[in-house]
Amino acid sequence: MSSRLAQGGMINRQQACRFAFDGAEYSGYAGDSLASALLANDVRLIGRSFKYHRPRGILSAGPEEPNALVELRSGARREPNTRATDVELYDGLQATSQNRWPSLRFDVQAINGLFSPLFVAGFYYKTFMWPASFWEKVYEPMIRRAAGLGRAALEADPDHYEKSWAHCDVLVIGAGPAGLAAALTAARTGARVILADENFALGGRCLAERRTIDGQPAADWAAQAIAELRSLPDVRLFPRTTVFGVFDDGVYGAVERVNDHLPVPPEFQPRQRVWRFIAKQTVLASGSIERPLVFGNNDLPGVMLAGAVRTYVNRYAVLPGRRAVIFTDNDDGWNTAADLVAAGGQVAAIVDSREPVIVSELSRRFPEIQAIAGEVTGARGGRHVESVEVTSRSGTSRRLDCDLVAMSGGWSPTLHLTSHKGNRPRWDEERSIFVPDMLPAGMRVAGAANGDMTLGEALVTGFRQGLTAAAACGFSGSMPTLPRVTDESTRRVPLWRVRQASGKCFVDFQNDVTADDVELTAHEGYRSIEHLKRYTTLGMATDQGKTSNVTGIALLAQQRSMSIAATGTTTFRPPYTPVAMGALAGHHRGMDFRPTRYAPSHRWASELGASFTESGPWLRAEWFPGPGESAWFAPTCREVKAVRSAVGLCDVSTLGKIDVQGPDALKLIERLYANNFATLAVGRARYGIMLREDGFMFDDGTAARLAENRYLITTTTSHAVQVYQHMHLCHQALWPELDVQFVSVTDQWAQFAIAGPRSRELLQRVLDPQIDLSNQAFPFMAAGEVRLRNGEPARLFRISFSGELAYEIAVPGHDGDSLIRALHAAGQDLGVVPYGLEALNVLRVEKGHVVGSELNGQTTAHDLGIGRMLSTQKDFIGSVLGRRANLIDPARPRLVGIRTVDRNAKLAGGMHFIPQGAKCSIEHDQGHVTSVCYSPILEQWIGLGLLTRGPERHGEKVMVVDPLRGAEALVEVCSPVFIDPEGARLRG
Amino acid sequence: MRIPCPHCGPRTHEEFTYYGDATVRRPSSSSPDAVAAFYDYVYTRDNPFGLHRELWFHQGGCHEWLVVERDTRNHAIKGAVPARDVFKAGESK
Ligand SMILES: [Zn+2]
Repeated sequence: MSSRLAQGGMINRQQACRFAFDGAEYSGYAGDSLASALLANDVRLIGRSFKYHRPRGILSAGPEEPNALVELRSGARREPNTRATDVELYDGLQATSQNRWPSLRFDVQAINGLFSPLFVAGFYYKTFMWPASFWEKVYEPMIRRAAGLGRAALEADPDHYEKSWAHCDVLVIGAGPAGLAAALTAARTGARVILADENFALGGRCLAERRTIDGQPAADWAAQAIAELRSLPDVRLFPRTTVFGVFDDGVYGAVERVNDHLPVPPEFQPRQRVWRFIAKQTVLASGSIERPLVFGNNDLPGVMLAGAVRTYVNRYAVLPGRRAVIFTDNDDGWNTAADLVAAGGQVAAIVDSREPVIVSELSRRFPEIQAIAGEVTGARGGRHVESVEVTSRSGTSRRLDCDLVAMSGGWSPTLHLTSHKGNRPRWDEERSIFVPDMLPAGMRVAGAANGDMTLGEALVTGFRQGLTAAAACGFSGSMPTLPRVTDESTRRVPLWRVRQASGKCFVDFQNDVTADDVELTAHEGYRSIEHLKRYTTLGMATDQGKTSNVTGIALLAQQRSMSIAATGTTTFRPPYTPVAMGALAGHHRGMDFRPTRYAPSHRWASELGASFTESGPWLRAEWFPGPGESAWFAPTCREVKAVRSAVGLCDVSTLGKIDVQGPDALKLIERLYANNFATLAVGRARYGIMLREDGFMFDDGTAARLAENRYLITTTTSHAVQVYQHMHLCHQALWPELDVQFVSVTDQWAQFAIAGPRSRELLQRVLDPQIDLSNQAFPFMAAGEVRLRNGEPARLFRISFSGELAYEIAVPGHDGDSLIRALHAAGQDLGVVPYGLEALNVLRVEKGHVVGSELNGQTTAHDLGIGRMLSTQKDFIGSVLGRRANLIDPARPRLVGIRTVDRNAKLAGGMHFIPQGAKCSIEHDQGHVTSVCYSPILEQWIGLGLLTRGPERHGEKVMVVDPLRGAEALVEVCSPVFIDPEGARLRG
Repeated sequence: MRIPCPHCGPRTHEEFTYYGDATVRRPSSSSPDAVAAFYDYVYTRDNPFGLHRELWFHQGGCHEWLVVERDTRNHAIKGAVPARDVFKAGESK
């Protein structure tokens, strides 16, 4: 049996689409939504409700749908909570009902309905109060099992998402009659126009209503308008594109479902694209959403919004029921009767809650249909509506058999986007709707979104607002002749709920909030709409209460005998409809989360089988496994020993490098660094420390004086960007009078450390033989320009991080690969080894050099044992506040070395110092271990730490504890310099 | 939010790094009350409800520090000028 009409509709009957729902095979047509295709196949039961697991069907035909949520696709492409009413049907579509167990037709937890007193308003707060231990073990698992939504895919999403920008003069949101009209008048002026609509077909309610414009069907008028817009060069049409958020300065967020209508996106194409539209002016033409009526069992499958029934009949050629009862509190509901009859459906009765005089006047249009002035008190049926109870105003009740209830509680403007910037809508008492009040800058509203509900009003306001928006961008045009349209009436006498209802009367379908819940909230003394929302969860589901908010507010107002205007409204936040996290992330996921920076030696290191690790934005070699070596330990120990006994090579290009030039270069450097640089001669480098203005350590590095007015400074890898910004701030905002320029040259230079007793020998082999590397000619901390053996220029620095005789050599970035290969090849007989970050770390811990773990933003130079470097002769950043007494208090945790007393004991970073014999508690905490390593030279674990009064305690034994992982060890406090404390080796 | 960079034109705020109050001035380190003055300079801030002048760095663009005048109530931006112009002129609040 099929509910598809023999003719009509905007579906392509030549193009069948097979699809599956819960494993059963069905067929629909291109142009169907999943909801219309399901209805055409007489599938009415789509899901189970959130709290009570009640059977639910299809309520609406659009983005407001609270019930018909399905999981779309399968496996890694499974997407939960998609609205069947919005999903475009395609051949091969797979959908699954959600929130049911074990099956949709037989759901064990529908029994929740029997325990529904447990789930009344505020149930989270009331039911699960005592005892506290029950929460984790009993209540929460129970709620989680009972009240679920769809399941997210567990595998990584195989599809691509991207982000893009588009600019326009006039952005038109919504391509219904008002939006098309606005786009037309704006585009005809020559303005650049973007027209976006969430649906896959442009036209809005022109596609859903049997109306005429200038004597032709509204859908034909829409098609002509779209054709004209397509022909204009500065117009971009975005179907399948939801404008989901309004942001500052005319920035609109939108998501385009580029390929959601295909099972798998074509190669190199994204599934979805997040747009940021930058609009000078915006016309919001987002239409309106119909309100359900509140009567008993109004959530039964087969109870639908009256306007949605018309959409299914007119746009999709589907008759959602054979025998309908229409329940309305306004004139528009009657249009549904006309459309159903025209499509060959049967209307058992129109039940209108208004005065009999209105009802009899309207019923003259439909002499053959029974019209009842009264109310539907309840729907009856198991998994689908079978009949309704109707009580007339005179008090007589009767039962009417039907399989469709079309209800209309009037239409609410879709004004969500008007309030994204914090503006609240205004209650219009006369029309019983909220209308936009204050608007985001540059926005104007047309058509039903502004409360102008008829087709005629939509066209007039659309034309006018399109023209005004274009005028605001400097384009002029004129109003077109207004088309003739049929008269409509939108009279309404609001019926917020049926009082004598039997059965649960739902207000918020998706979160299972009933009219009784709302009224109970009022009884319990809650006045604010925000409290109502949080206490009952009304409007807090994925649909953000699109069909429920206004009714909820009205019921609260009634209970508290307040006006709706005084009760207020909640504001809406982006996104208008849910947006997938994947779409917002775009390409920025996994290793593409941010750009990866590769060191100049990367290719060479990969060829050697190096293991790489992320170090800030860089990918750096952490060790170079030799034959038969696994993991980090063996290669690291071998690399450290080689540096201490022969020579090692390490890529240090990742350090920030900044070239500073100008007559005032020294002045700037003197103010940036805390130690003295005035005495630094050309051809020499010096270690420098930078403080923050609050006196704490900021960064350290070296500055080399390349010429009278030229310095090359280095920063740590992790602070390279901050130091560079800081320097610009100092130069541009603090001392703009300084005649100095600087630029980051981190990427322009490849720099390698050559460290170890045989480094001079190795270096000599790659340099111009004329260059004298003797201690006299090129001593410790010398810096200067040199030439390679092939004549290419290079920079050489005699600096050492390892404590060994060492050099750093720099060449232009593109020459880095050939230089590292040349060095590696030239040193084979010297025992040269490449070493990675792990060995680098061991070498520096053995020498007591501080890095990020010690420069943690909470330490001072004094804490790190370098306080004496601070100049007292000059003004520099941090000079004043760094002198504060508390920052130089000897009782602060200060840098020490530690070695385990038991040579077999291990250490871990983050362990805390506790005096021997003291309880492991916060009162006895004396600081923490910042860095640890296994020293292959000392053959035991050593570390650096910040210990209270540390420097006074060398030789003392303290406990280090890690209560989290249950580890502890006894350590001896010592100098942080474990190897060659006199520095003889690096001067060798 | 978009910031009208005097060099690069209106650009999205993701390209910029926020720093803070542009109305404070670094005190002299040699004055007798330098510690108190620096304490105020580093830690004490007004929290204005309305127009505020603040420093932003155009990290994703011209590498210029800008003094941006922003309304803290609604993020409306009145203008942006190079910080060096403001500070060179010795202009205060
Ligand atoms: Zn810029």
